[in-house]
Amino acid sequence: MRTMLRSGSKEVVIGDDQPFCIIGERINPTGRKAFQEQLRQGDLSSVEVDVARQVAGGAMVLDVNMGAPLVDEVELMDRAVRLVQSLTDLPLCIDSSVIDALDAGLRAYEGKALVNSVTAEEDRLAAILPLVKRYGAAVVMLPNDETEIPEDPRRRLELVGRLVDVATGRYGLAVEDIVIDPLAMPIGADTTLVNRTLETIHLVHEKFGINMTLGASNVSFGMPDRIAIGAAFLPMAMALGLTSAIMDSRSADLVRAVKAADLLLDRDPWGANWIAAHRARQPSEGP
Amino acid sequence: MTRDELLKALYDETLVGNAPQVLALTQEGLAQDLAPEELLFDALIPSLEEVGARFERGDFFVPEMLIAGKAMAGALEVLRPLLAETGVESVGTFVMGTVKGDVHDIGKNLVDIMLEGAGFRVIDLGVQVAPEKFVAAIEEHRPDIVGFSAFLTTTMPMFKANINALEKAGLRDQVIVMVGGAPVTQEYADAVGADGYASDASAAVARAKELLACRRAAAPA
Repeated sequence: MRTMLRSGSKEVVIGDDQPFCIIGERINPTGRKAFQEQLRQGDLSSVEVDVARQVAGGAMVLDVNMGAPLVDEVELMDRAVRLVQSLTDLPLCIDSSVIDALDAGLRAYEGKALVNSVTAEEDRLAAILPLVKRYGAAVVMLPNDETEIPEDPRRRLELVGRLVDVATGRYGLAVEDIVIDPLAMPIGADTTLVNRTLETIHLVHEKFGINMTLGASNVSFGMPDRIAIGAAFLPMAMALGLTSAIMDSRSADLVRAVKAADLLLDRDPWGANWIAAHRARQPSEGP
Repeated sequence: MTRDELLKALYDETLVGNAPQVLALTQEGLAQDLAPEELLFDALIPSLEEVGARFERGDFFVPEMLIAGKAMAGALEVLRPLLAETGVESVGTFVMGTVKGDVHDIGKNLVDIMLEGAGFRVIDLGVQVAPEKFVAAIEEHRPDIVGFSAFLTTTMPMFKANINALEKAGLRDQVIVMVGGAPVTQEYADAVGADGYASDASAAVARAKELLACRRAAAPA
């Protein structure tokens, strides 16, 4: 299954026959006190640095989230999407829990965006999926409903089935435009949590074969040496069917782990990308 | 083992979250006629405070904080009835819940464990807790503190709705309101009129104790 995303001039395909889709997570004020303060002043200047570093690190799509307390998220999302599109030709993932902010981001965006995200709650589906349809976007869908974030992977699978039915049936989305988030949880809170995420990835891949993405940094929250944890987690998840992650693309170690997994899982024919990346890091030689 | 050796061992085993040893040492201490409040105030609580301090410094990590809190909670189960007999009050009662519209509970559960570890009685109402449910629980349990947790910028406004509901029920002055969750900030907590905010589970315990001490100092004797 192939999910196509587009900016004005560039196309990125998510799929299990494609290199893993690295979505840069950094344009997000959660946990960034200085950035929150800037956003309260309407100051987007640090976005420029975030874009440059993520692009240099290997991001293929950039997530844009303006969800800070006490800001006008709708106005900020509009401005941020325009700003980021003026700085890079990468497609964007428009990330908000505020429906009007998603609308504003989609309206400002040129191309085919990824919307992040909608849960299996009826009112959220009814508000967000028509937007996704209207703007011809793709959407990240989370298998949690109004009662719980299910622990049991089979229950998550059931909810994925319902999400796919509702999105394709009631709202007329193409199944390729659905990207499931199998819910990454912090290993530090409970060391059984990540097994459940991995099992969910496996089940969803087997049953639906559709694309999946998740917030990879959630996994290492509260732990030391976070990059190493991510660099172990992502290849495991990729082997089971994860095709994308919202992750720290500024980290060379993390990105390299993903690229090595691409090679090992036959998503980098003849190792061309792997070798090219190696060569690009060498000091240039004269002819 | 002398009294001091036992208290030191209890402190050390709590620090590393060795629940079976913490329980065994608690029982041994009681068998040796140590007072329950000695075990609590001279070993368990100082140990958990040290865990919190190490977490704040970045020397301890979330799982270490959790196992220490759980080890302490195990000891408290033994001690609590004895403390009640001797008239030692619990540190305080804390009603906790994730706000309506929000089903995220991992952070809230971490705070529960740390509060219990610090000696609070915690009543957790779960997720998707509507304002009227908070009101009913406050009327029933008469807590010192109520905690509202939210993980989304879209559910944070429920803090204000909850506080309004407490005001309407005439309960606002009777309970300290704390708020927290990934997107929440001190500024936001101030804006909705909460009494306290903390950025993580360890800080939440410290803040809860601080607010409680203030409230008790201000209360008429």
